[in-house]
Amino acid sequence: MADIKVAAYICKGCGLGERLDTDALVKIAQKDGKVPLAKSHDFLCNADGVAMIKNDIANEGVTHIMIGACSRRAKTEAFNFPENAVARANLREGVVWIRPDTDEARETTQEMAEDYIRMGCAEVKAMTAPAGNPNTGGSKTLLVVGGGVTGMTTAIEASKTGYSVVLVEKSGALGGWAGKLYKRTPVHEPYKSPADTGVADLVSQVLADSNIKLYLNATIAKTDGAPGRFVVDVATESGATHTEDIGAIVQATGFTLYDMNKLPELGGGKSPNVVDQAGLEALASAAAAGDGVIRRPSDGAPVKSVVFVQCAGQRDTTGQHLSYCSGFCCNASIKQAMYFKDVNPDVDTTIIYTDLRTPGNGEDFYRSAQEKGVIFTKGKVAEVMPMGNTSTVKFNDLILGDTDASMVDVDLVVLATGQVPNSGVNIELPAEAAEAGTVEIKPISILNLSYRQGPDVPQLKQGFTDSHFICFPYETRRTGIYTAGPVRRPMDIAQAREDATGAALKAIQALENAELGRAAHPRSGDLSFPKIRLEGCTQCKRCTVECPFGAIDEDEKRFPVVNESRCRRCGTCMGACPVRVISFDNYSINSVGAQIKAVDIPDEFSEKPRILILACENDAYPALDMAGMSRNEYSAFVRIIPIRCLGSVNTIWITDALNAGYDGVMLMGCKSGDEYQCHFVKGSELGRVRLSKIDDTLKTLNLESERVRDLEVAITDIERVPEMINKYAAELVAVGPSPFKGF
Amino acid sequence: MSANTAVAEKYRNNFLKEIEEQVEMGDWVKMCMQCGVCSGSCPTNFQSAWEHPPQELFMMILAGKREEVLTSSSMWNCTSCYNCIVRCPRKLPITHIMHGIAEYAHRLGMAPKMQPTRFFSGLFWKNCTHTGRVNELKLSLGLYFKDGFVQGVKNGMAMQAVAIGLLKARRLNPFELFGGHKCKDQTGIQAMLKKAYEIERSRKTAKMAG
Repeated sequence: MADIKVAAYICKGCGLGERLDTDALVKIAQKDGKVPLAKSHDFLCNADGVAMIKNDIANEGVTHIMIGACSRRAKTEAFNFPENAVARANLREGVVWIRPDTDEARETTQEMAEDYIRMGCAEVKAMTAPAGNPNTGGSKTLLVVGGGVTGMTTAIEASKTGYSVVLVEKSGALGGWAGKLYKRTPVHEPYKSPADTGVADLVSQVLADSNIKLYLNATIAKTDGAPGRFVVDVATESGATHTEDIGAIVQATGFTLYDMNKLPELGGGKSPNVVDQAGLEALASAAAAGDGVIRRPSDGAPVKSVVFVQCAGQRDTTGQHLSYCSGFCCNASIKQAMYFKDVNPDVDTTIIYTDLRTPGNGEDFYRSAQEKGVIFTKGKVAEVMPMGNTSTVKFNDLILGDTDASMVDVDLVVLATGQVPNSGVNIELPAEAAEAGTVEIKPISILNLSYRQGPDVPQLKQGFTDSHFICFPYETRRTGIYTAGPVRRPMDIAQAREDATGAALKAIQALENAELGRAAHPRSGDLSFPKIRLEGCTQCKRCTVECPFGAIDEDEKRFPVVNESRCRRCGTCMGACPVRVISFDNYSINSVGAQIKAVDIPDEFSEKPRILILACENDAYPALDMAGMSRNEYSAFVRIIPIRCLGSVNTIWITDALNAGYDGVMLMGCKSGDEYQCHFVKGSELGRVRLSKIDDTLKTLNLESERVRDLEVAITDIERVPEMINKYAAELVAVGPSPFKGF
Repeated sequence: MSANTAVAEKYRNNFLKEIEEQVEMGDWVKMCMQCGVCSGSCPTNFQSAWEHPPQELFMMILAGKREEVLTSSSMWNCTSCYNCIVRCPRKLPITHIMHGIAEYAHRLGMAPKMQPTRFFSGLFWKNCTHTGRVNELKLSLGLYFKDGFVQGVKNGMAMQAVAIGLLKARRLNPFELFGGHKCKDQTGIQAMLKKAYEIERSRKTAKMAG
């Protein structure tokens, strides 16, 4: 390791100078922190303060900087020294703002600040400035899989932004489902009548764009590599394979309508006069090509009465059909009823719904349909009985309480069956279940990834591809691969186009970051990446299995191989590693461990317990900072260390802390499980699985289970977090001081 | 009409069309979105006076339940408080539609004969058009004896204290029972009403004839 020179800077601004003895802090940095250069400044983040630090870097050879001022989340532009390792001691949000300004509190507040200085000095020495991952690729081409509205929009938007696109479509024509529509739900004022789909325009834009390379009748035979340097084999109809260098991928493989043949009770498959929504679009298109009259498929007689059955095979509670609402079908049925009414107002059109859901400006569209005389009946259809050329629809009228209501002589029944995502192979499906045939599987992989985790992106619920629903809707757990459109969640054309634009921009961001060796979201721009000391590796495979993003492969000797560009820098591998050989330049077992050990632990008679808090930097740490901004006070006995994710917590930290005499450890991570809020999707879940085994460790140390507390914290818990801390501090008083103090 | 064709008529647009064309403001009925705010807002409905709250009546119209709607007493219970109109998110003139349907049922002779509101409306109209002035004593007595002589006496006894109070306060003149006061130009009033009847009848007949 090259020579390092550490400098510590203590700020006196924002009230720090009045509340704290900064001269003592400078001395602590010199004496306990063993920093050769320690200074205080009246206003460190102003031009003069920053110039002082820059001067020291240039003239004093300072390589490592410890700033004792505000939170690491504040003043990031002022304290931006990319060439240097920088640690921040949070004296403002973490100390003076959460402590009362009273004489009694002064001593403990000062002790808190002193510990943070010690921790900052210890941390910065364990860090090096990250240089970025060298294994990058610079391909600026976007691969779009799927030539429907979403795919074409993504391609056009990316091309307009100046990036070249490879568009792969499985069928022989662009357009997807929307291409089969007669008309679409209106998206412009006055939202009264069905509108042109706009697909023809999209197709002509794609065909005219020299930036977009189009493969029709083609599939993805293989996807290899990482963001910035994907190598994708496109298999075409002729059997030829074309290899493309790709920077990032957008999967827009859309949906299939739920098979109405699974709904025999609603007449699905029993009569040509019972159709799904796509069937009606075909009839309407055929009619438009002729005299405009929609005809009954069985005998070609003009349709005089039509019934639309909403939620057919959807929102099903029995577990047989789709459990969700597809969200587009109420508007679609309203639109289709207008196909009839606009040509002949005397056609009886009835929409039987349980809850009419018309997102977007659908409310105006709904009202327009009522004005046109479409009848809306709230009810649940029990049975559709086709007989000859007509059908009888039996239903439970929910407004009139008539359980045996029926409509007879219905010429045409349209079932709104909903969207099933085309998301490829479910890679998390247990192999046995697939073999036993208990779970329906889609055998065709879409991306054919050569990742060890499986050939497609992971799915969340109901086969829709996984994403960070709240914060990063297009991100899959495969970095550089984005999903957009109905493959991600059910949606209509307007939403799909919005999705497509968003995904295109995220994909561009990803390939640009990949070229520079930087992380994509949520640690966007982070240059660090996991480094594995292979000499110590026991090939246990925990890192390769646990990595939520499929970033770590195994080589032929079963050693882990990191694909840095696929990595999101969550540190889950580091937390998982039992022999602790994985680290980042600026975040490692040692950088956190050194902070834990740097804290001064008072003896058991001082009545000053010490509580370690490992707080997730995405939610818990900002919540703590905001608690400070709101001046919500909490105990002076806590020492908080931000961590990248609960998944990055290595149990050695907890063992070390307890051995060092801490009275308790609080772990603050995001919500896990199906309704997860973890920015790394599975990080907090994996972290918690690991922590569930901490009881064994406590037993071997002969410690109470109360000494370690795992908490779910959301970014909004500004008032709740201080309460939790204070409650835990009070509980620990009852448990008594740790027996490990003073060793 | 066979049972099958009766079912065939059910849930078709015919009755809705009838209401739209014959009932004042009837063309609003189809715009109801079944939220039920009208029913929830109705002060009379709190006492379960309504067999069918407004939004249910609208649904019955859409469902073609002609007989049930027109013979219903529900719309007669409307007190014209206008709560529903104020609150309807679809801006339906519900109060007016209720009166419109009631009036149409009355016109067709399908409205329940002894429904108190309907009875009172008839009584009031007859009373005030007779002399051009409302004779309050005759009006209230007429209502008391709606359900026969015995019930009328009972009703009168029950209201005894109120009547004596009114007498003492000189708000009730027992001599009104004999003739009572009139307006000045009784013949003029009658002529005016006759003309109005004529105009309305010709208008509605034309409408019903299509």
